[in-house]
Amino acid sequence: MHDGTQVTPSASVKLRVRDLTVRYGDKVAVDGVSMDVPERRVTALIGPSGCGKSTFLRCLNRMNDHIRGASVTGRVEIDGLDLYAPDTDPVVLRRRVGMVFQKSNPFPKTIFENVAFGPRVHGVTDKVALREIVERSLQRAALWSEVSDRLDTSALSLSGGQQQRLCIARALAVEPDVLLMDEPASALDPIATTKIEDLIHELKDEYTVVIVTHNMQQAARVSDFTAYFYLGRLVEFDATERLFTKPTHRETEDYITGRFG
Amino acid sequence: MTAPQTTQPLAGDARRRARQRRRDRAFSVLCSLATAFGLVVLATLVIDVVYDGAHRLSWEFLTSFPSRRPERAGILSALVGSIWLMMTTAVIAFPIGVGTAIYLEEYARPGRLQQLIEVNIANLAGVPSIIYGLLGLQIFVRVLSPLTGGRTVLAGSLTMALLVMPIVIIASREAFKAVPDTLRQGGLALGASRWQVVSRIVLPAALPGVLTGTILALARAVGETAPLIMIGALTYIAFLPEVSLDGLRTPFTVLPIQIFNWVSRPQAGFHVNAAAATLVLLGFLLLMNTAAIILRNRYQGHRES
Repeated sequence: MHDGTQVTPSASVKLRVRDLTVRYGDKVAVDGVSMDVPERRVTALIGPSGCGKSTFLRCLNRMNDHIRGASVTGRVEIDGLDLYAPDTDPVVLRRRVGMVFQKSNPFPKTIFENVAFGPRVHGVTDKVALREIVERSLQRAALWSEVSDRLDTSALSLSGGQQQRLCIARALAVEPDVLLMDEPASALDPIATTKIEDLIHELKDEYTVVIVTHNMQQAARVSDFTAYFYLGRLVEFDATERLFTKPTHRETEDYITGRFG
Repeated sequence: MTAPQTTQPLAGDARRRARQRRRDRAFSVLCSLATAFGLVVLATLVIDVVYDGAHRLSWEFLTSFPSRRPERAGILSALVGSIWLMMTTAVIAFPIGVGTAIYLEEYARPGRLQQLIEVNIANLAGVPSIIYGLLGLQIFVRVLSPLTGGRTVLAGSLTMALLVMPIVIIASREAFKAVPDTLRQGGLALGASRWQVVSRIVLPAALPGVLTGTILALARAVGETAPLIMIGALTYIAFLPEVSLDGLRTPFTVLPIQIFNWVSRPQAGFHVNAAAATLVLLGFLLLMNTAAIILRNRYQGHRES
């Protein structure tokens, strides 16, 4: 059985996934995947289009709840707590597990209002506290120096790369433990991409990062562990260096060397 | 191996070109004529009314009550009645209409019930306004007369609210549909509840479109005459309803009805009054439509940035 639980990473386990299967109607998108996501490390999910990596990612913060016809079976735990237990509140879950999307999606509001949105919906109303949170989050997202003098301008006036860093700041503002990133740099130019990758490197100190990427070089540059998905199954999960230099499975090697996909 | 390239000149066939050019020009002339026709008809109507009534417009005309003497008659009660009716209609139709649109767009699950509602709303938008008048007469004027007080502003507003509600719902739904789903996903991913996403992200983003639709719906209501005649809006009102909840339960009149009444009288002086009142009504509608257009342009600007 191919699964990601046989590698014991040197870090403790943040998210534990067992036998996760996701179906959209009759179609199986994720097929019996088991994986341990290590804490405070960057785990990359790679694989050809349609292999289920984004669907898998969305299970980790229950965003698949909002897709009609999606059925999820299996078990996902964060710090030992069952994500899909009947009394789990997805709203509370999403405070701990944040998400950044492929195409940046800033709200049509000011930069300040974008970053403050998360804390606000969770009950922070004190203006001073909000300002602190916004500054801190923008600094963590390496965007503060570029926007500190125009927090009240529209977020839509930022460049693509800046907007994506704004979305990261927005996600960080609710102080999650885990940050899920779905191909965060695929819509950006090389310079903006480098900035995002440097940022991921810094975020690793405080956050557990799971990143979906179709760019293998990016996975190799940025991640500590890599999971290779194919047709909904987890084929191989290993430390990035080992997976890219001495993959265990033939399928993995074929993908990495570009023989397909 | 490259295919042999043809040495045909770019010029092509001269006669075909000429024919094509004639056809193009003929088409654009036809379109211009159609536009001109519409503009000429409109201009004729407006100029005619201006010629008949512009000289009658005055502050005194706007602030006098109707009278049996045409020189003394004014549109004060009709103008105030129209404004009062429109505002009350807006207060009733807006929350219910936008609320319905929110339910249909953001909460309802696709299925038989939702389809049934949609088909019904689309049908209601096309029902002739006099039917709403009949409905309003029976229900709001007669059955609910303890609440509305009979043939009053309140009964009229409720009737007009029913009339404009399908338009408000449809326009609001379009505005909500236009808000990209990525924004909702972003809000949910931050831990916002469905309602927080709707109230803090979707509604603010859709508001210009919603307001545009509402203003256009109200502009239609301002010009409606038949349903209000059925409700029993009177034609000789020589007082102003007081601006209070009690004032809602008083008889009223509106501009279109006043115009209709004056046109039906034999004295020429009243026909002049009717023309002048028509100009006021047109000005009113122009104002509302301009506001809607300005809002819509701001809306487009926002989306493009």
